[in-house]
Amino acid sequence: MSFLEELGAWPRARIEALIERARPEDVAAAIAREQRTPEDLCAMLSPHAQACLEPMAAEARRLTRWHFGRTIGMYAPIYISNVCGADCVYCGYAVRSGNRERRLNLSAAEIRAECAALAAEGYQNVLLLTGEARRAAPVSYIAEAVAIAREFFPSVSVEVYSLDEDEYRLLCQRGLEGVTLYMETYDPTVYQAVHLKGQKTDYRYRLDAIERAGRAGARRLSIGALLGLTDWRIDGFWTALHGRYLQRACWQSAVSVSFPRLLHTPARFSIPHLVTDAELVQLMLAVRLFLPEAGFNLSTRERAEFRDHLIPLGVTMMSAGSSTRPGGYATHVDETLEQFAIEDRRPPAKVVEAIRAQGYEPVWKDFDYAFDETSSR
Amino acid sequence: MTEDRLVIAGRSIRSRLFVGTGKFPSSAALKACLDACDAEIVTVALRRADLSKPDDDSILSVLNRDRHLLLPNTSGARNADEAVRLAKLARAAGLEPWVKLELTPEPRYLLPDPIETLKATEMLVKEGFTVLPYIQADPILAKKLEEAGAATVMPLGAPIGSNRGLRTYDMLRIIIEQASVPVVVDAGLGAPSHAAASMEMGADAVLVNTALADARDHAAMARAFALATEAGRAAYLAGLGPERSVAEASSPLTGFLRDKD
Repeated sequence: MSFLEELGAWPRARIEALIERARPEDVAAAIAREQRTPEDLCAMLSPHAQACLEPMAAEARRLTRWHFGRTIGMYAPIYISNVCGADCVYCGYAVRSGNRERRLNLSAAEIRAECAALAAEGYQNVLLLTGEARRAAPVSYIAEAVAIAREFFPSVSVEVYSLDEDEYRLLCQRGLEGVTLYMETYDPTVYQAVHLKGQKTDYRYRLDAIERAGRAGARRLSIGALLGLTDWRIDGFWTALHGRYLQRACWQSAVSVSFPRLLHTPARFSIPHLVTDAELVQLMLAVRLFLPEAGFNLSTRERAEFRDHLIPLGVTMMSAGSSTRPGGYATHVDETLEQFAIEDRRPPAKVVEAIRAQGYEPVWKDFDYAFDETSSR
Repeated sequence: MTEDRLVIAGRSIRSRLFVGTGKFPSSAALKACLDACDAEIVTVALRRADLSKPDDDSILSVLNRDRHLLLPNTSGARNADEAVRLAKLARAAGLEPWVKLELTPEPRYLLPDPIETLKATEMLVKEGFTVLPYIQADPILAKKLEEAGAATVMPLGAPIGSNRGLRTYDMLRIIIEQASVPVVVDAGLGAPSHAAASMEMGADAVLVNTALADARDHAAMARAFALATEAGRAAYLAGLGPERSVAEASSPLTGFLRDKD
């Protein structure tokens, strides 16, 4: 079984037709229903739903509080490598991005120093990232990094190139809790047009990767489409469908969704389908109503004020004080190439203040070493 | 009349209302709840609690070891081994050897796994723990857990966090009727009337979390649940009349038989 089969039943034309056909009363009916169908999702993604953002927001807030309480999980990304062999036209790490700043893999000692800096801020949940670099940053290197990070944090996830099931299993055995892997776009034609080199050109291998991670034992699976590559309504629909598929296929894993919006790209690439704030909010609300139990991650890609407004609309996890360059917290603070520019530059303490001001409790720890039998603690 | 006290594993418990600590918007909100309802048994997810820094922990820092029995729970454990490791970790950190078993392998509805729960109960009882397992409202499982040495059974009224009340009413009634250990109705109680109904049917205690964490006024809702729990218990002890589906005619239908003479 693969998500590809389900995706096959939902070609772009079918979704477009449903969105086109949706009337205001279909949006109202979708909001009122307790369990929502893919057709309801199309209605909520339609232009008519822009007039219904307030009732959708109220329902999104209700559902999120019901499932997650008034809490926001805190996490931080750690870029351990910015070496990249892929050529993704929108990305600052791409081999032909024209960026000339320094590329490197952090050494074990440097990873330790980065972890110590974040642990001192209170973090207990981190996401380790690399570029697409199977040779330069091999699985053995990532596994070592996971083991090091686990010395500092109970909860460690990765966002790296797609792996085989056995490779994910190896990382889980080192204490990995979660895997984040964005499909970028579910549209095969657009996908091929923006991914020009390396393993990432293999659409099918990437599409199935997150399910392999679930089968290998990853407890948290995070998905997302890079918003701006194609019509957000279509990729948003496919992302939500993927989430629902994973909840069935990997029933022991918690599925979460991110909504990374392209705002800054290298000079050679201009964003073809810029997504406005109101459209991003509509997408998040529609997906929340379709997937009430999915976690929503919100990164520092978005600006501070906008992030604060999004807190009650379905967000369950937030990063703060992030750096997107290897060594950005302690070892190479300004000298390495960053993946993208951070918008919300507030330190964690300020973000925590903003979360509290919205009536939510920041949660630093939500996993324990005792879950993992290999843990020495 | 002798004092009506709940006793679990030989320990006399002050309140029949147990409180869960997840989902609260702040430590202050949790504290207000605990102060208002005076619950003794307070359950804390080990995955969230930082036992190494209890004074900095948003939940642990609110608990008072003289007033509260901190009942650690194994929420998030997917199998018996994980649950047993979590329980041992809590004991090693100096908590009482009590554990609320939550074996919830799927993260969406957090429904309990009966097979792993029974296995973990057997393992933990052998290790000397007082075990309070969270279960489906399954009467046979409840009896098997009792035989395995569970100190209570904690069947659900409805899916956790759903506020749907006693959706498992018929099965809960059988569990209560058959139990020789205290029965704590756990999960799904969204309104004080649900707590009262649980107690009226003979449950020994109830556990509430989401309904308190979600309330506009946390303290007032905690107080309302405490009163409802007490009222339900009092009604149970007083002996409720049987429920009837039709009214009894005030002029008896067979009265004519006596009217003749």
